Amino acid sequence: MPEETKSPLPGSAGEPEGPAGKPQAGGAQSAAAAKSAETTSEKPPAVAKPAGPVAVPWTSPLVANLKTRYGSGVSEASTYLGQNCLVLDSSITHEILRILAEEQEFDYCVDITAVHYPKREKPFDLVWILYSFPRNQRLRVKTMLREQESFPSSASIWPGANWLEREVYDMFGLRFEGHPDLRRILLPEDWRGHPLRKDYGIIEQDEQWVQANLGIESGQ
Amino acid sequence: MPDSTPHPSPLELGTPDKTFLDSNELILNMGPQHPATHGVLRVILKLDGEKVLGVECVIGYLHRGVEKIGENRTYTMFNPYVDRMDYVAAVSNGLGYCETVEKLLQVEAPRRANYIRVILTELNRLASHMLWLGTHALDIGAMTPLFYTFRDREEILKIFEKYCGARLTTHAFRIGGCQYETYDGFERDVKTFVDCVPPKIDEYEALLTSNRIWVERTKNVGKISAADCKALGVTGPVLRASGVKWDIRKALPYAAYSDFDFEIPVGANGDTYDRYLVRMQEMRQSLRIIRQAVEGLPEGPIMAKVPKVMKPPAGEVYHSIEAPKGELGYFIVSDGSTQPYRVRVRPPSFVNLQALDLMVRGQLVADVIAVIGTLDIVLGEVDR
Amino acid sequence: MLDYVTSYLSSNTTPGQAGNVVWALIYILIVFAGVSIAVMAMNWLERKALAHFQIRLGPMRVGPHGLLQPIADAIKLLTKEDIIPENADRLVFWIAPLIILCASFAVYVVIPFGPTHAITDLNIGILFMLGVSSLSVLGVVMAGWASNSHYPLIGSLRSSAQMISYEVAMGMAVVSAILMTSLNRSGTGTLSMIGIVEAQQQQQIWYLFKFFPLGFIAFAIFAIAMVAETNRAPFDLPEAESELTAGFHTEYSGLRWSLFMLGEYAAMIAVSSIAVTLWLGGWLRPFPNALTGATWDLAFSLLPGFTFLVLAVVAWVGVIRMPKHSYFRMQTLGLAGFAVLLGLIGLVLFAPPVRDRIQDIFWFTAKVAFFMYMYIWYRATFPRYRFDQLMRVGWKVLLPVSLGVLIGTAVVGMVL
Repeated sequence: MPEETKSPLPGSAGEPEGPAGKPQAGGAQSAAAAKSAETTSEKPPAVAKPAGPVAVPWTSPLVANLKTRYGSGVSEASTYLGQNCLVLDSSITHEILRILAEEQEFDYCVDITAVHYPKREKPFDLVWILYSFPRNQRLRVKTMLREQESFPSSASIWPGANWLEREVYDMFGLRFEGHPDLRRILLPEDWRGHPLRKDYGIIEQDEQWVQANLGIESGQ
Repeated sequence: MPDSTPHPSPLELGTPDKTFLDSNELILNMGPQHPATHGVLRVILKLDGEKVLGVECVIGYLHRGVEKIGENRTYTMFNPYVDRMDYVAAVSNGLGYCETVEKLLQVEAPRRANYIRVILTELNRLASHMLWLGTHALDIGAMTPLFYTFRDREEILKIFEKYCGARLTTHAFRIGGCQYETYDGFERDVKTFVDCVPPKIDEYEALLTSNRIWVERTKNVGKISAADCKALGVTGPVLRASGVKWDIRKALPYAAYSDFDFEIPVGANGDTYDRYLVRMQEMRQSLRIIRQAVEGLPEGPIMAKVPKVMKPPAGEVYHSIEAPKGELGYFIVSDGSTQPYRVRVRPPSFVNLQALDLMVRGQLVADVIAVIGTLDIVLGEVDR
Repeated sequence: MLDYVTSYLSSNTTPGQAGNVVWALIYILIVFAGVSIAVMAMNWLERKALAHFQIRLGPMRVGPHGLLQPIADAIKLLTKEDIIPENADRLVFWIAPLIILCASFAVYVVIPFGPTHAITDLNIGILFMLGVSSLSVLGVVMAGWASNSHYPLIGSLRSSAQMISYEVAMGMAVVSAILMTSLNRSGTGTLSMIGIVEAQQQQQIWYLFKFFPLGFIAFAIFAIAMVAETNRAPFDLPEAESELTAGFHTEYSGLRWSLFMLGEYAAMIAVSSIAVTLWLGGWLRPFPNALTGATWDLAFSLLPGFTFLVLAVVAWVGVIRMPKHSYFRMQTLGLAGFAVLLGLIGLVLFAPPVRDRIQDIFWFTAKVAFFMYMYIWYRATFPRYRFDQLMRVGWKVLLPVSLGVLIGTAVVGMVL
């Protein structure tokens, strides 16, 4: 099943998820189009360029199934640049992940990661990227979490989620309930701070740890 | 900011007043510096005599914060950082990143650029597998294949050097295509290489494949079933050796792979010997792809029209390629500005290393080293 | 006094049998010096041959083509700091390498380089050799214990377990060769080393080919077991670098470690000489009975000198191929001198009085050198056996086969 569909429909419903206040999709694209129209005179007068990639609502039996079961919990199901994405309510996400794994044959958890949008009400985006071997389909599942909110661990569904969730915990501080061994994985055990959060500066470090363990003033 | 509360390690021996003589179990540490762990990997073994009861990997010694750096560099500036993750197969990393950003920008690299990308990536796959073979054989005790494979790897690195100036961290591709046109004699060099190498691979096989000691050291060692591989997220030659015929180059083709005719080698047992055979076959298939690519190299531009200042529209995309080690994925979130909002690298070695515990349970200590070698991990990728 | 010294020269026995202490000491010194030089040469050869197997050059700088490398290594090891672990048992730590060294060198007392070229000829020669060389196991265990660290301890226990296991198979193979000696004209067998070779001479066959394939299998078993005895590849798990336990000599540095190395190489040469004596006809030249006659004798006696002349020519080719740069002047001169020396030795070996006497020593040394080369070849080619597989091979494969060969030899010997 091919993944690439390049058919953005201008002006259709739905926006790609993004931080509030950023220009709509297409702004950059039309700027580039205008620039190239200026510089190359042999191009025909600019046909209205498509407004750029827009998320298209995704309809499929899977989505229909989930929507009938969970209704508003499935806040959004869209396709952006040919990649399917489900945005779910955090309370039902764990169940839906289980359904996806067991009923819908998404047996391979490719990745679990998070994105931090500090200015949002629910700052954390927890993202699962799933793949189904039988169907050769990829799916992205997202949910939004509040600060200090914890989430049930997917390690019981896919054992491979173990280290991936540990890394999310290490880098973002999101806790996973029911995780067999939730510890820091890449940073030392007693490091303080969660580096991939946006309020952790790029040259910030846990000075106490550095001084205690490396015997130097600072790693900079 | 919540502090990290330390949890006890799963291999904790128990109450402090119990000395190690009281129990049958011994905790042995293969420290970060060890000739056989291929980088700074710390493996804590829980042993019962000679048998391994459990394994815990401590990683992070090579963590350089690549994902955080990605949020503070523009898309073009981040390109060289990506090579440094899997430094053994740097070209693949670059390919994955460039293709992901191209997806975000909705540009497609021209056909000639894609062919050049395929040639270099497959050469890189060969180089990575040759290095793997040499070091894996050395861990098991055969010291000679290392020198043979490094000798042949030299030829590949020479081609890289002539092409882009660097042998290891090549930064070969740009977003939108390739920056450098192929040098004069590129096709001749690649064709000579492709003609000369098959007998060399036969030589490696002659040294190892039917060598009784090699077979005894690798057969039934580090077995993992296909179901376990899928559940753990293990990809690459490890998955294929367990019997799953899955390769992203065929399942979700990228670059110009759909133009080429090649096979996916599959193993039956999922043990170390099968992984060895699968990788040897992959080397031959890579040669096949390179030959087809170099013979059919089309003319044309090598760079698509990409704006100088790249501002991909806001959105997120995930794209993965078949790196020599497994599925290398990039999840890039863009907020419309010149710098990515989030760059997530899904490293195959990180996920494959999780399988180590399952693969060495019940095996002997000497097998742990063989299994670490056969997983083909690169710590630069595991830790980023 | 002078009579005491010169009377030995006219007797036709070994100093031990002649009871001549002075000559025994002289022989001991010669053998000791010879083995030490052989160990140094073996060190050089190993590095060069291993390198050439791996398509690289090996040592090239220290002396022409690295010929002085062993001397540089020796100087380096001698000048290194002597580190003893803090809680180590100092006396045992000190004695362990000495025990290995003494055990390895003591066996040279009975090794026959010719019919009378041995320090002594015990009539239990082979038993003595096997027994004394087994004493090195004691040194290995002592080394691991005294290091007071559990990696060397585990390594030494593994090493000693390996050595003991393979000694059984070795012993059985040796016994089957001894059985063959009793098919002499005199009807009695012998355990003396010189006697074994003379038995092969009388029976006009190398025991390698006797009762084919029994002799050959016994030889093969011994050849494999001797590699395991000396902890060499492919049986070098206890001392391999990439394994967890780095072996019993981890904590040893400098001179003490060089004693271990010396003991290991000396043991290699010693067990190779056992193999040569028992199966390859010791000092006998090829076809001593089939190709007789003055011309054949002359041809074979010219061979040692010829060998050295060939080596001189090879060295001379090296001289010609040296780069013509002032940096290499010293090396070129050195190599030329070495080539000239080899040529002179070759010419000396052509002289009639010398060439008749040097025959035995030459052939014995050539055969032992073949085994040394095989050791290096194994190391370059084979991966390592895992410890349990190693023990399985020793007990479950070699021992039953060697027992079978022993019984087979006995039966065939009785019947034929």
